[in-house]
Amino acid sequence: MPEEVLQSQLDIEKSPPSAAVVIHVENIHKTYDLGEVQVHALRGVSLSIERGEFVAIMGASGSGKSTFMNLVGCLDRPTRGRYMLDGNDVSKLSKQELAGIRNHKIGFVFQGFNLLARTSAVENVELPLIYSGVPHQQRVERAREALKSVGLEGRDAHHPSQLSGGQQQRVAVARALVNHPAILLADEPTGNLDSRTSVEIMEVFQRLNEERNLTILLVTHEADIAAYAKRVVVFRDGKVRRDTPVEGRLDAAEEFKRLPTLENEDDEEENA
Amino acid sequence: MDFSAVVRVALRALGRNKMRTVLTMLGIIIGVGAVICTVAIGEGASNQIQESLRNLGDNIVFVSAGSVSHGGVHWGNSATKTLLLSDAIAIQQQVPLIIRVSPGVGASAQVVYGNQNWYTRLRGAGPAYFDIRRWPVQEGSVFTQHDVDSAADVCLIGLTVVQNLFGDENPLGKTIRVQSIPFRIIGVLASKGQSPFGQDEDDTLIVPFSTVQKKIAGISWINFIMCSASSQETIKPAQNQIAALLRERHHLRPDEEDDFMVSSPSDLAETQAQSGRIMTLLLASIASVSLLVGGIGIMNIMLVSVTERTKEIGVRMAVGATESDVQMQFLSEALVLSLLGGSVGVLGGVGGSLAVSSMLNWPTQVPPEAIGIAVLFSAGVGIFFGYYPARKAARLDPIEALRYE
Repeated sequence: MPEEVLQSQLDIEKSPPSAAVVIHVENIHKTYDLGEVQVHALRGVSLSIERGEFVAIMGASGSGKSTFMNLVGCLDRPTRGRYMLDGNDVSKLSKQELAGIRNHKIGFVFQGFNLLARTSAVENVELPLIYSGVPHQQRVERAREALKSVGLEGRDAHHPSQLSGGQQQRVAVARALVNHPAILLADEPTGNLDSRTSVEIMEVFQRLNEERNLTILLVTHEADIAAYAKRVVVFRDGKVRRDTPVEGRLDAAEEFKRLPTLENEDDEEENA
Repeated sequence: MDFSAVVRVALRALGRNKMRTVLTMLGIIIGVGAVICTVAIGEGASNQIQESLRNLGDNIVFVSAGSVSHGGVHWGNSATKTLLLSDAIAIQQQVPLIIRVSPGVGASAQVVYGNQNWYTRLRGAGPAYFDIRRWPVQEGSVFTQHDVDSAADVCLIGLTVVQNLFGDENPLGKTIRVQSIPFRIIGVLASKGQSPFGQDEDDTLIVPFSTVQKKIAGISWINFIMCSASSQETIKPAQNQIAALLRERHHLRPDEEDDFMVSSPSDLAETQAQSGRIMTLLLASIASVSLLVGGIGIMNIMLVSVTERTKEIGVRMAVGATESDVQMQFLSEALVLSLLGGSVGVLGGVGGSLAVSSMLNWPTQVPPEAIGIAVLFSAGVGIFFGYYPARKAARLDPIEALRYE
C-alpha cells in the first residue's frame, strides 16, 4: 500500500496530464486469476489520448485490445497502474462510482447494436438519462435531439425491428451521445454491417469528430475501417506494438459518393 | 432513477410478454381470490351466528327446572316442581349481574277464534320477557305487572298464529279462546323468524305466567326462569352465581345433583362460532398455499427473465445503471406482478363471494381489513420471491453480460 501511494505520487510528478488529455493510462496491467494459471491480458500499457482524437485500436484476438477497451470504458478495473479519465483518477473507484462515470463520461457503441428489443428509438436513446435522473420531459427532448444529430429525424417511434442495421447502429450512436460523454468507445461498430453501411457509420463518426471535437476510440479488425481514424494503435501480447498517425486518411463522405448505389440496402442487411 | 421511471420500465417489460405476465399473475390472482372468498364466507357465517344470538335475546341466562332421578328413572327437563316464583324473585334481588328476570311456564294449547283453530305453544311469562328476548310489539302493547298480579286473561299473539286464525283481519282487541277461557289480544308481536334450533318463533301465544299457572295448567311452580345478564362478559359468572343461589335455596347437599339447569344460548353460539373460525382458518390456509405457489411462479419467471435479458442488463449497466438500479428494476417488476395479481385477486374474491351469496344464498361478507392484508401479503410475496432473481441480475458482471448470447 505505501509503495502504491509513493508510486502514484511519483507518477503525478512525472507526467501531469494536461487539460487537453482525455484518456491517460500509465503502465496498466490486467491479470485474470483463473485459479492455477494467471492470464496476463495487459502487461504495462501507457497511452495518452487528447480531446478530439479519433483513434483506431487494432490487434488480433487475444492481443489485449478488448481488455484495454473494457478498462477504458470503466467496465473493469486494472490490476495495477493508473487511469486518468478527463482529469479524474478512475482506477480505484468502486463499482457504483464506475457506473456513474460510464453514465456521464462514456458513450458505448457495440458490434451487435445492443438496442432493447420492442422498445422505440427514443426510449432506447433516453436510457442513459434515466440513470442520470433526468426528468421524463427533458429525457424525451434530448433523445429526439440526439436522434436528429445522427440523421434519424422522424424515426423516434420506430422499434429496432423496423429499422435497417445502419439505422439501428445510428440509434446506438445517438444513445452513446445523449449524455454528452467525454469519449465515445466503439467496439467493432461495423462488424455486423455491409461495406456500404459501414462507410455510412464511419461518416457519422467522422462528422461528430469534426463538428463536435468528440474523442473517439474505435476497435476494429479491418484496416480499411481504421483508415477513417486519425491515429492507429496496434496491440499485441498485452502491449502496445505500434502507435502511428494514419497516412492517407479516408473521408467517409467522399467514399460514400464513390460507392455503387445499385444495391438495395434493405435486402442484404441482417438485423441482429 | 426516479420512482415513476422504475414503474414505467417495469410495466413496459411486463407488457412485452403479456401472455406470460397474465399466466404468472394467475397464481397470485387465484390465491388471493380464494383467501378472500373463504374469509368472506367464514365472516358471513360468523355474522349469522352473532345475528341469531342477538335475535335470541339480550345476554340470556336460562334456568330450567332440571331433570331429577327417582329410583334410577330420569325424568325430563321441567319435570320437577322445585322451581318456584320465589326463586325468580331471589335471583332478581340477590344476583346483581342479572338485570332482568322473567318467570316462565310453558304449555301447548288449542287456540280457537270463530270457526278457526290452531295448535300452538302457550307461554306464560313476566313483563320483562319481551325485553329479555328483544321482542318488540308490532301493534298494541305488552301486559303489565298488574296483569300478572291479577292473572288477567290477556295475551300477545305471534304472527304465525295471526295468519292461521285471522287471515287479513286485525286481531288487536279480539278475543280468542284457550281451553274455553277467553283471552283478549292486547298486542301483536313483531316477526322473529326461526330460532337457531329451527323452531318458528312466531308460532306462539304469550300470556301472564300467573294466568297459565292458575287457569290453564293448574300448577304452583314454574318451568323456567329467563334472565338477562348485564353484559356478554357477565353471562358466565351470573350463571355460576345463580346455580349457587338455587342450590342453597333448594337445600341441596354437596353430593346431590342440581334439580335445575342453568344454560346460555351463547354457549352454543360460541361453540358454533369457534368451529366456524377453525374451519375458515383451515380453508384460508389451504387457499394461501396457492398464494405461495403463485409466489414461486413469480420467482421462476423472474429467473427466466433475468437469463433472457442478460444482454439488456449488460447494456443498462454499460450506460450507467448501478447494481441497485438493476436490482430495483427487477424487484419492482416482481412487485408489480404480485400487486397487480393481488388487486385482480381481490376483485375476483369479492366477485366470487357475491356470486356465492346470490347463487347459493349463503351470507358472505368481505371484511375490509382482509382486502388490505391480501394486498400487503401479495406485495410481500412479490418482494420475497423477487429478491433472489433481482439480486442475481444486479450481481451480473457487465462485461460478461454484454458478451452473453
